Amino acid sequence: MKTLPAVDVVVVGGGWTGLLMAKELGSRTALSVVVLERGGPRKTEDYSTDMDELDYAIRFRMMQDLSQETVTLRHSPSQRAVPLRQHGSFLPGSGVGGAGEHWAGVFPRFVPDSFELRSRTIEKYGAGRLPDDHSIQDWGITYDDLEPHYARAEFLLGISGKAGNLRGTRIDGGNIFEGWRSTEYPTPPTKIPYVSSLFREAAKSLGYHPYPVPAATPSISFTNPDGVSRPGCTYCGFCVRFGCMIGAKAQPTNTLLPVIQKQKNVSIRTGACVRRLVHDGAPFKGQVRGVTYVDASGEEIFQPAGLTILASWTLNNTRLLLLSGLGESYDPATGKGTIGRNLTHQVLLPAATVFFEKPLNRFMGAAAAGIRISDLDGDAFDHSRLPFLRGGSFAVLNIASGPIGNFGVLPPSVKARWGSDWKKAGLHYYDRTGSIGFDGEHLAYKGNYMDLDPTYKDRAGDPLLRLTLDWRDNERKMAEFATSKGVEMARAMGAKEILPFPGLRSYDATRYQSTHIQGGTIMGSSPDHSVVNPFLQHWQFSNLFILGGSTFPQNAAANPTPTILAFTYRTADAIVERYLKNAAGPLA
Amino acid sequence: MPLRFFDESEALIVAAAASLIFPSDESGPGAREAGVTIYIDRQLAGPYGRDRFRYTQGPFEDAPAEFGYQGKATPREIYREGLKNLKGFDKLETVERDKILEQIESSLFFSLLRHHTIEGMFSDPIHGGNIDMVGWQLIGFPGPRMSNYDDIDKHFGEAFRPEPVSLRQVTGIDVRPSEDEK
Repeated sequence: MKTLPAVDVVVVGGGWTGLLMAKELGSRTALSVVVLERGGPRKTEDYSTDMDELDYAIRFRMMQDLSQETVTLRHSPSQRAVPLRQHGSFLPGSGVGGAGEHWAGVFPRFVPDSFELRSRTIEKYGAGRLPDDHSIQDWGITYDDLEPHYARAEFLLGISGKAGNLRGTRIDGGNIFEGWRSTEYPTPPTKIPYVSSLFREAAKSLGYHPYPVPAATPSISFTNPDGVSRPGCTYCGFCVRFGCMIGAKAQPTNTLLPVIQKQKNVSIRTGACVRRLVHDGAPFKGQVRGVTYVDASGEEIFQPAGLTILASWTLNNTRLLLLSGLGESYDPATGKGTIGRNLTHQVLLPAATVFFEKPLNRFMGAAAAGIRISDLDGDAFDHSRLPFLRGGSFAVLNIASGPIGNFGVLPPSVKARWGSDWKKAGLHYYDRTGSIGFDGEHLAYKGNYMDLDPTYKDRAGDPLLRLTLDWRDNERKMAEFATSKGVEMARAMGAKEILPFPGLRSYDATRYQSTHIQGGTIMGSSPDHSVVNPFLQHWQFSNLFILGGSTFPQNAAANPTPTILAFTYRTADAIVERYLKNAAGPLA
Repeated sequence: MPLRFFDESEALIVAAAASLIFPSDESGPGAREAGVTIYIDRQLAGPYGRDRFRYTQGPFEDAPAEFGYQGKATPREIYREGLKNLKGFDKLETVERDKILEQIESSLFFSLLRHHTIEGMFSDPIHGGNIDMVGWQLIGFPGPRMSNYDDIDKHFGEAFRPEPVSLRQVTGIDVRPSEDEK
């Protein structure tokens, strides 16, 4: 193994969090920073030819190559897991920018009580209302701690939207259920496509409070506080699963790279697949010494570093700690160990698929340009008499509306699945079909977790990560409730026919839900039940920080990237202002 | 047009079956006019056809459908096997062809063929199907249109159908499709 000269900071992963941390350290310190990214380089110009539904949205050209590495799945600890052999319910990214290149760009904050979920729920409904098997915990910080960092993230990306709560003043037309905001959004709301405008009117008629979706596809050109400019969105419709061909949708490559490329103390090495964190193994006084990786030519390399930042997405953050023997693997039978616990996904479903008389011109849009309601999110509505806790948002967007992925979505009255009748119905309904999407909260349970698979290996011979994951009654009943509300909304939109969501049974790895997977290296107020402290610093190895959704104790319904970026800013502040000045000790 | 994967008799069977799935009829052109057989032939000859990007390490275990396809067979192998069972299909009367497709409706082979027929109808012409954008004209999809800025908040309730454009037309670049890669 080749050993390279030591650097001050090594960052594992070149996506939103890794590159934001690199940019912050690069501009605020003189530290030498190296980012290791397993995939290839990327830039905006690469996307000028990517508007091809087949190669990008159907064959997943930008996603992780599963022939090299995937995960295994089972529904309960008594089952044998099998590998997810092709992409399905979530889509891990690869390459510079990671999944932040092909995301939708929906950018909502979490509702304030999500950060104190356990204590607020007990306070209001009593401990008896928490599900039997739950492992819900508070995050160790409050919304107020995070608010300034949310604002920074919104200005970094130039988010379009309308505030509903400015310093406690309620503003109609914005999201009146959101936490207080110190500032209005940096850019005005996006244009709204026809089908979303139908939803806005329907929602109003039912007494809800519709508002424009906060979007990372800005309505107008914008220059952020770093001096990076991006053009306004042209509503071409090629957002989710694509890189933006004009660089309007905020992506790490068009938002962070322009700054990093000018920083002499930051470099990015692509084709560098990190395999282990190297450490001296002594808990509480231990230090991480750097990482080993395999470069594009197959050579194994040790990169020593004073400070290690793990920023390689939920699944790989968890797997790297397990493979490196850095802490104890969680055991649901005994409750011992912290790595891998509190795996959550998201209760994301088409509450109602809606068939209309009139055409919708669905090809025009942006994945984040639309209308949303939060009246049934979090604890905005009383759950005393409901058979579940928490809720989610409803939204109507022209998301991923290409003809390959959408041909053949048909109302219940059409029975044919091939032939003339099917073809005729498919051609008629392709542009007359909308979806009322529901994004619901997924609680954490003792039996949903990650560990190393005993059977299946990656190309290099290391064990795959094993997910043990299934829905519980809380999610199933929430989905039923969301479906009944979605059907009411669909009727109010003037639906000709409605296809209600059939219900959540066991976790289905073939239905795309979202790439919002959380947990595994969670934050908390004590090392007994969390891996990192609320500054995302490892409890035992103080020179290791872990960024991303892997640090979330549970899912909070909304898209996680705004919260992930806000936490990354907060951690960057803690490193620059306290850790580096404080002899590199524990921050909490 | 030279075939890359099918032999001639296989191609004739695929063409006959795809024409029943997505027929050329009173609602407009179908799989035949779009060149769906050429599209499928290229996909199977390329990396997708041999599972270049799928996790294919064993052991191969049976699992419920919600865990996704767990089989060992690649799309190429599934087609070869499926077509073997349809020998002479293209020579039969239409009524008999319909009956045979109904019999294999629930097979993995038919499910792939149906998906691939949709793909061949509506993917960008760089992939060999959707010839002259016949599929996009049929369904009213304009292809990779660079900007809808002036139109997105207009045309409410009425069909707005700009003339389709292909990726090569829009970019002026000889874009390379994934099936031509290793």
